[in-house]
Amino acid sequence: MKEILSGNEAIARGAFEAGVKVASAYPGTPSTEILETIVNYREIDASWAPNEKVAVEVAIGASFGGARSIACMKHVGVNVAADPLFTLSYTGVGGGFLLVVADDPEMHSSQNEQDSRNYAKFAKMPMLEPADSQECKDFTRFAFELSEQFDTPVMLRSCTRISHGKSVVALGDPVTGLPAPKLVKNPSKLVMLPGNAKVRHPLVEERIVKLAEYGATAAINRVEMRDAEIGVITAGVSYQYVREVLPNASVLKLGMVYPLPMTLIREFAAKVKTLYVIEELDPFIEEQVKAAGITVIGKDIISRCGELTPGRLRKAFGLPDAAQTAVEKLPGRPPNMCPGCPHRGVFYSLNQLKAYVTGDIGCYTLGFMPPLNAMDTCICMGASISNASGIVRALDPEEQKKVVAVIGDSTFLHTGINSLMEMAYNQAPATVVILDNRITAMTGRQDNPASGWTLSDSQTNAVDLVQLCKAIGIKHVRVADPLNLEQTLEALREEMNRPEPSVIITNRPCVLVKREGVFQKGLVLSVDQDHCTGCKACLKIGCPAIEWQPSSDGKKGKAFIDPMLCNGCDVCRQLCKFNAIGSAK
Amino acid sequence: MSDTVTNILLVGVGGQGILLASEILSEAFMQAGFDVKKSEIHGMSQRGGSVVSHVRYGKEVHSPIVPEGEGDILFGFEIMETYRSLPLLKNGASVVANDLCIQPPSVLLGQETYPTDLPEKIAALFPKFLLVDGQGLAAEAGNVRAANTVLLGAVSKRLDIADECWIKALEKMVPRKALEVNLKAFQLGRSL
Repeated sequence: MKEILSGNEAIARGAFEAGVKVASAYPGTPSTEILETIVNYREIDASWAPNEKVAVEVAIGASFGGARSIACMKHVGVNVAADPLFTLSYTGVGGGFLLVVADDPEMHSSQNEQDSRNYAKFAKMPMLEPADSQECKDFTRFAFELSEQFDTPVMLRSCTRISHGKSVVALGDPVTGLPAPKLVKNPSKLVMLPGNAKVRHPLVEERIVKLAEYGATAAINRVEMRDAEIGVITAGVSYQYVREVLPNASVLKLGMVYPLPMTLIREFAAKVKTLYVIEELDPFIEEQVKAAGITVIGKDIISRCGELTPGRLRKAFGLPDAAQTAVEKLPGRPPNMCPGCPHRGVFYSLNQLKAYVTGDIGCYTLGFMPPLNAMDTCICMGASISNASGIVRALDPEEQKKVVAVIGDSTFLHTGINSLMEMAYNQAPATVVILDNRITAMTGRQDNPASGWTLSDSQTNAVDLVQLCKAIGIKHVRVADPLNLEQTLEALREEMNRPEPSVIITNRPCVLVKREGVFQKGLVLSVDQDHCTGCKACLKIGCPAIEWQPSSDGKKGKAFIDPMLCNGCDVCRQLCKFNAIGSAK
Repeated sequence: MSDTVTNILLVGVGGQGILLASEILSEAFMQAGFDVKKSEIHGMSQRGGSVVSHVRYGKEVHSPIVPEGEGDILFGFEIMETYRSLPLLKNGASVVANDLCIQPPSVLLGQETYPTDLPEKIAALFPKFLLVDGQGLAAEAGNVRAANTVLLGAVSKRLDIADECWIKALEKMVPRKALEVNLKAFQLGRSL
């Protein structure tokens, strides 16, 4: 049977075919759909974790219980998960363990474009890199055999073009005859106190040598001999671009990019006249090949920044580009918060109060965009609160009052909670706004421990954020309605003036949450054209439903609300001093 | 089957259903026995940003993205995004576009203007240009929201794929209750 699957869907299928029992992840583009697909396989216990470190630790637990398990995340998530990962490399596994990481070269929706292959080398575990959806499925399945055969956790690296690209996949039957999970005590292998860990480290080093030897003959790495003038070592999506642009080149196509099969590379290098390494981002393969004393061309012609594309590869090899039609400059189309988004009123208020806003990762990072212009920093998940906590320590009391951290509910539970503990513990006098919209919105509306629902859509306990903040030690916790500007401004003003740590929790759900009774579309608003003076106050919130219509007779233009887009949040009505905005007739 | 790969680009604004349309296309090509690859960027773009989806089919497809300047068919869901994407096309490519304007933030705020002469400009650069009243024909089929399927019908006429492959793809990808309207919308588009 054949199906067209995305790389993420194919990884999920591979996990199913491999007999995976437990899957855990934190959502993050481009990795999110792996768990969203896995949850449809009833045989697998799949759940969202509050962050990537926890996801890895859940999967490790299952592996130690003898079950095949998988953890999935985007590249920056591995930074969060790095701690357990490096020690797991020492303990080895029970049931096979796979960490899937989806990189984002070109930063289509990420804050940096780190190359996860470095983690495999750093943590001393094998790294597989599929080049299309078929390989996503096959390599995922294979990873569990490799993991159990070599007693090692395995990483599989995808990238945006592989994760979100679709291609044809031949489906297989799930494996049978896997041993049933059970508890087996083995503390000298699994308790990594110094005495035990010292014994494990040499085994880890031996394992990498054995894996490199294995890679020299394993089918996952293959040589495609064509014209011997040009030889290319490549992997992942770069392989596809090489085949597209250099169809006659000989290729060493690596499926396992760490450890490298150096004997195979030497043999291949000896057969071709000029040897290239074509890879996205870091010279990961190139540096190791050069260190082995083999002459190779790589980053001399391919950028370390951004995605590789057929066009960029062509340019690197001095091949003529296809003629491109020239067009004139157009207005840009950046992403925007949705009409009715509950974050808009908060950012409008922060802008009005001239706050210095330390931001975080989520839809609300778009509060940075004009006309709201209400975000001043954004580093990584959870950093908003600790950044605020740090910056106030450097400022005098008047300046301290301006500092406000904003963070979403999911981000807060991810790692923001640790930062808030720090703020409470050290009594940093900054204000924190938890933008609670009951969902992990940016990645496509995934549930989290505060939403009251699980990945498999069953109702569950919902974290009480107010009680939680109080339990941590924040004395001043209050709830504000972000669609009520006066209330929001008042809450912010008061808490910003308070020389103590304080938290404001906003309480409106995301407009995209489809679950019944969560979001209710309000009345659709309209602009009374007779009362509109064209003052543009309503445009300051940057709502996609409000449009400026210039007047054809040279007079002042007027605002107009698109009834198809308006979600009736009412924020614009509160901005109009002329009572020109009301319910649509 | 010849060795040539056909390159199709679907462009528009996040939220317009570009993903679903490119999935129906890909499914139809697989039904017709071709290798097919599809790639698009979503994530931030779903919040009103520009979206470009690449669909390539042929005997064997390597790259999941269309090499710049090699697009054979542009399938535009919105006029300004259609015009913006013309550099992706090869000379003489076909352009099928929905007659719809969605204003970006800078235009909504009155800081920039939305150009009004884009259909003429596209026609001048690409004579094989078809402007479709997607909304109007979709309403005729029974639901304005089926405009994408009208366009899909119009695009299908420019591709050498058997009728039943399109029907099978629609049947597989479109929710059952919307199928009848979509099949009608598809035929209206195909008659253009």
